[in-house]
Amino acid sequence: MLKTKDIWKSFGGLTALRNVSLDVKEGDIKALIGPNGAGKTTLLNIVSGIHQPDKGDVLFSGEKIVHLSPFRIARKGISRTFQHVELFGNMTVIENIMVGQYAKTRSGFLSSGFKFPFVMKEEREIQRKSEELLEYIGLGHRKNEPASNIPIGEQRILEIGRALATGPRLILLDEPAAGLNIKETRNLGEVIRKIRDELQITVVLVEHDMDLVMSISDSITVLNFGEVIAEGTPLEIQKNPEVIVAYLGEEADIQGGYNAHS
Amino acid sequence: MKKGDLYSFLFFVLLIILLPVISGSTYTITVGIFSGINAMVAIGLCILMGYAGQVSLGQAGFYGIGAYISSILSVHAGFPIVISMICAMIVAAMAAMILAVPALRLKGHYLAVATLGFGEIIYIILNEWGPGGPSGFGDIPHFSLLGYTINSTTGYFYLIWGLVAAVMLFSINLINSGTGRALRAVHDSDLACDAMGLNVTALKIKVFILSAVYASLAGSLYAHYVTFISPSSFSLFYSILVLMMVIVGGITNLWGAVIGAVVITVLPELLRKFEELDVLVYGLILTLSLMFFRKGLVPILIEKIKKMRESAVAKD
Repeated sequence: MLKTKDIWKSFGGLTALRNVSLDVKEGDIKALIGPNGAGKTTLLNIVSGIHQPDKGDVLFSGEKIVHLSPFRIARKGISRTFQHVELFGNMTVIENIMVGQYAKTRSGFLSSGFKFPFVMKEEREIQRKSEELLEYIGLGHRKNEPASNIPIGEQRILEIGRALATGPRLILLDEPAAGLNIKETRNLGEVIRKIRDELQITVVLVEHDMDLVMSISDSITVLNFGEVIAEGTPLEIQKNPEVIVAYLGEEADIQGGYNAHS
Repeated sequence: MKKGDLYSFLFFVLLIILLPVISGSTYTITVGIFSGINAMVAIGLCILMGYAGQVSLGQAGFYGIGAYISSILSVHAGFPIVISMICAMIVAAMAAMILAVPALRLKGHYLAVATLGFGEIIYIILNEWGPGGPSGFGDIPHFSLLGYTINSTTGYFYLIWGLVAAVMLFSINLINSGTGRALRAVHDSDLACDAMGLNVTALKIKVFILSAVYASLAGSLYAHYVTFISPSSFSLFYSILVLMMVIVGGITNLWGAVIGAVVITVLPELLRKFEELDVLVYGLILTLSLMFFRKGLVPILIEKIKKMRESAVAKD
């Protein structure tokens, strides 16, 4: 469903990505792991159109999207969350979700200012769908609170909810478990699995939390210094000696041992 | 419309209707007219800055375009006033678009300086090429529609505040709609807006155009009311004055723009009795209000009312 072909990207003298090809199958949860600075976020930014690659192509359902601006890529059905939570902090929880649905409406400045009937109808529809979505992701009780006031774990979930509100077919999650405690991370894992199983949304997950990655991913790609060094199922990756060396140093054990060693 | 907005709006309309009846003095009504003209410009800037988070120090430019284009078309080309005013709004909208496309790539101070530059360019053009140059020109016809000309002060008061009410109604609807929500989202994070599929550039350009059209309408009304215009009314000083209105009233609330416009317009009139010290007192009041009412008059008033209600509930 999503393919990147031979992507090269450098910032000044630093080569962030070398010849990176990625193949995400429809309905998969694909994890992208690697040490800090391996180029994981850069790759997500290229897919979502924030950066342009120096060389290479990005195909979404067979269509070239590499030259499109970020909002057009979002409208094609690729939504995302950010490493540093980018919620609309001055708005309530439900308003954040409601913004996610605006791009699909026909409302504009004039029709809103003159309160055309179709605008009111769309608004009621958005309100109803947003309430449903909030219940679905388990944030119904936070509906009218300012988004910046809720705990970080719920902010991460809300960001996923807001991405879902755009009606995506593919969702990119950039370190959604960063800063979460064990209970919050488990809840996050359940939400991610739920949106794949029930909503049939393909997921690309950049994450450092190995317990989470190993428990929910169907397939994992490992990046190191901007290059793909391994690809496979969680089981294959855990046994891959090259990955263990690159990722954790020689003596470390990748299976759940990451937190204990660091 | 939300309940609070509806009551405020009805009260506002009642106030407009009653003011000229209660106060018979032409002087008071004249000050009221200028407050209304300024309020229209301030509402536009409030949506642009307070909601969409884009700075402009060039509103005087659009205000000047409104005044000059409408006057020139009605004096020299003999256009009916309403047509001249609409043409002026279209010109202002196009100017806003031409300015917005490059300027909205900028943020914060840079955007402020770019819009300030635009205002200055318009000011210089009016001085150099405007009819009458720096001394301006007069004999601009009064506002008329379908053969009916308005030339009484009370007539202008109702015309202008009627249009302020219309602009206000349109703006409240806009702000409370999904489009308004999208504008507030642009204020918070461009990055997240992109991920939501919102066309941030288009939204910014449109809100810029809206504020320019409001300012242009106000400028045209000013010209046809005063019947004489010169570039000095459309200098940087006016842009800053409007900014002051929005900030004193409360940038996060549309009613703040209206209240701020009235306060800033009326204040110098009230300070006349201080004679040559009036500028000093004016400056002092503004400085103190910015120090102690940083959020602006209207948001602070709303907070006070909420607190009073809560304590009343607590007593029961």
